[in-house]
Amino acid sequence: MKHRISAIFLGTALALVAGGALAQDKTVKVGVLTDNSGLYSDLGGAGSTLAAQMAIEDSGLAAKGWKVDLISADHQNKPDIATTIARQWIDVEKIDVLMDVLNSGVALAVNNVVKEKNSVMINSGAASSDLTNAQCTPNTVHWTYDTYMLAHSTGAALVKAGGDTWYFLTADYAFGAALERDTTAVVLASGGKVIGGVKHPLNSSDFSSFLLQAQASKAKIIGMANAGGDTTNTIKQAAEFGIVAGGQKLAGLLLFISDVHSLGLNVAQGLNLSATFYWDMNDQTRAFSKRFSDRMKTKAMPTMVQAGVYSGLLHYFKALEALGGNPHDGAKEVAKMKELPTDDALFGKGSIQPNGRALHPAYLFEVKKPSESKGPWDYYKLIGTTPGDQAFRPLSESACPLLKK
Amino acid sequence: MQALYAQLLVGLINGSFYALLSLGLAVIFGMLNIINFAHGAVYMMGAFVAYFLLNLTGLGYWWALLIAPIVVGIFGMILERTMLQWLTGLDHLYGLLLTFGMALIIQGVFQNYFGSSGLPYAIPDELKGGMNLGFMFLPIYRGWVVIFSLIVCIATWYLIERTRLGAYLRAATENPTLVRAFGVNVPRMITLTYGLGVGLAALAGVLSAPINQVRPLMGADLIIVVFAVVVIGGMGSIMGSIITGFALGVIEGLTKYFYPEASNTVVFVLMVLVLLVKPTGLTGRAA
Repeated sequence: MKHRISAIFLGTALALVAGGALAQDKTVKVGVLTDNSGLYSDLGGAGSTLAAQMAIEDSGLAAKGWKVDLISADHQNKPDIATTIARQWIDVEKIDVLMDVLNSGVALAVNNVVKEKNSVMINSGAASSDLTNAQCTPNTVHWTYDTYMLAHSTGAALVKAGGDTWYFLTADYAFGAALERDTTAVVLASGGKVIGGVKHPLNSSDFSSFLLQAQASKAKIIGMANAGGDTTNTIKQAAEFGIVAGGQKLAGLLLFISDVHSLGLNVAQGLNLSATFYWDMNDQTRAFSKRFSDRMKTKAMPTMVQAGVYSGLLHYFKALEALGGNPHDGAKEVAKMKELPTDDALFGKGSIQPNGRALHPAYLFEVKKPSESKGPWDYYKLIGTTPGDQAFRPLSESACPLLKK
Repeated sequence: MQALYAQLLVGLINGSFYALLSLGLAVIFGMLNIINFAHGAVYMMGAFVAYFLLNLTGLGYWWALLIAPIVVGIFGMILERTMLQWLTGLDHLYGLLLTFGMALIIQGVFQNYFGSSGLPYAIPDELKGGMNLGFMFLPIYRGWVVIFSLIVCIATWYLIERTRLGAYLRAATENPTLVRAFGVNVPRMITLTYGLGVGLAALAGVLSAPINQVRPLMGADLIIVVFAVVVIGGMGSIMGSIITGFALGVIEGLTKYFYPEASNTVVFVLMVLVLLVKPTGLTGRAA
C-alpha cells in the first residue's frame, strides 16, 4: 500500500514537472459540444462549430506557431451522453476547452465534469443563470446570455408597459424552471402578479391545451419560458387560437433569430425579445455575419449563441497567449480570462466577473412588421439597451461560493 | 367544466392525427406484415411537399391535399419495389430495421438542407379565423381537420372491409398463392397498398403543416406515440386503430389539463396496462 501511495506521489510530481516544462506548449484542442440533430440544432449545432472554426482562423494563432485542433460532437440534449463525451474528450482526447454546451440540463451536468477534471467550459448556448450563481466553478465562463438577463430585460420592460398579470408556459426542465423563477422575481419586484402557469414536456408539438388554459387565466401576459421549436409552435398556435387578437400578449422570454426566421414575420411581428447579439448592429457584426452566412449550408445568419462561441473562444485564445503557452490547467486559464478585459467585434468591450459571468450590453428588440423588413433576416428593431454592468446579476446578489473566501 | 369541454375538443383534434397515422400503419401491417418505422418520415415528407408546392409552383393547400399524398405515395411504392419486397416472409425485425434506417436517412437529408427549426406554412384563407363556441374559441381550421380525417378514416375502412377490392386484398394477405391462382396480380396489389398507407401519412402531414412548423423532425416526434396507439388498438386492426387514435388523443388532452407534466408519458402507461391485460391489443385477435 505504502509503495503504491509513494508511486502515486512520484507520478504526480513527475506530471507537475512535465506540466512546468510544457508551459511553452503551443497546442490547443477545442471541442464543440452541442445539439447537432435536435430541436436546438439551428441555434447552435453546425453553426457553433463553424463559429469556432472561424475564431481559430481569425485568431491568427497558426501564424504564431500554435497548433489548434477542433472537434465537435452531438450531445442529443441528454446530460448522460454529454457527460460521457466530456469525460472522454478530457481524459482521452486531451481537449482543453469545451465550447457552446447549449441546453441548461446538459450544461449543469458537464459543469461538474469540467470542474472535477480541471478543464475549461466556455458556455454560450445554455440559459440557466445557475451556472454563475449557486453552481459556479473556477473552470466555467458563461458567455452569451442567461435567464437573469432575459428576465430583467424583457420581463421588466413588459411590466412597465402595463403587462402586470402573468401566466407562464414553462418547458419542464432546468432551463424552464430557472427562466420562470428569474422572471417571476422581476415581475413581482416591478409590481406585477403571477396568476398561474403550466409546465409542458420538452419538445411538445401541440400546445393548444396549454394555450387554452393560459387563455382562460385572463392574464395580460403569457410568458413563454421555453425555447426553440417549443416556442415557435406556441407562437404559431397562439395566433390560431386568437390569443393575441383577444388582447393577451405573448412574451418570448428566449427567442432566437432562427426562431423568428422559421416563424416568418407575419406570425412573429410585434414580439419583444432580448439578445446580446444581432447581426445587423454595426459594420463589424455585419461583416462577420456575412462571412458566416456564406459558409453555412442553410445560409443562415448567426444566432447570438453562435456569435458567443466565436467571441468566447477568441477571448480564450487571448488568455492563452498572455500566459505564453498552454498550461493545460483549466482554473489557471479561466483566471487569466477573468483578468483580461473582453473586447471583440461582436459583443464589444466588457469583462468577466469572478463568478464566471461575462458582461456585455443586453438589447431589447421588437420584431419588425413585414412591411418594415427589407428582406430575409432583416427582422429586429432596437428599442432599448441595458449596459453590461446592469444587465446581469450583480455580484452582491450572487450565491456563487467562489465569492465567499 | 367549460375548460373541460375545450380540452376534450382539443384532444379530439390531436386524435385525428393519431388516427390517420395509425390507420396507415395498420393498413401496412395488416396487408404487408411490415412494421413501417418510416411512417413518421413520410408524414414529414407530406408536409414538405405541401411547402414546396406553395413556394415553388404557387399551388396552395387544396392542391397539396391531393398532390402530396400521390407524390409521397409513389415514393413509397418505389421503396416497396426496390427494397421492402425482398423482405417478404422474413422476421418482422428485418422490416422494422430497414424502415427505421430509411426514416433516419430521409430525416437526415431534410435536416441537412432545411435545418431543425422548420419552415412556415400559413393556414389557407378559406379556413382562417375561428368561432366562439361559448366554452372555447375553435379555430375553423382545427374543426376542418377533425371532420376531414374522420371522413378519410371511414372511407379507408370501407374500402378495405366492405368492397371487392378490399376483399381481394384481405384474401391476398391470408393466402397469396391461392389468390394469384385466380389471376390477381398480388405483388402489384401489395405495392399499391403500401402506397396507400404512405399516402395517408403524407395526407396527415399536409393537414398538420399549417398547425405545426414544417420541420424535418416533426414525424420523429410523433411516430413513437402513434406506435403506442397501434399497439393499444391491436396491430393490423383497421377500425381498432381509428377508434384508439381518437380516444388516446382525448385521454392525452385530459392529462394535459389535469397533470401536464405526464402528458407525454400517459399513452405509454396505457400501452403497458393494455399489454399486461390483453397482449393482442384492445381489438386484436390472437395470431
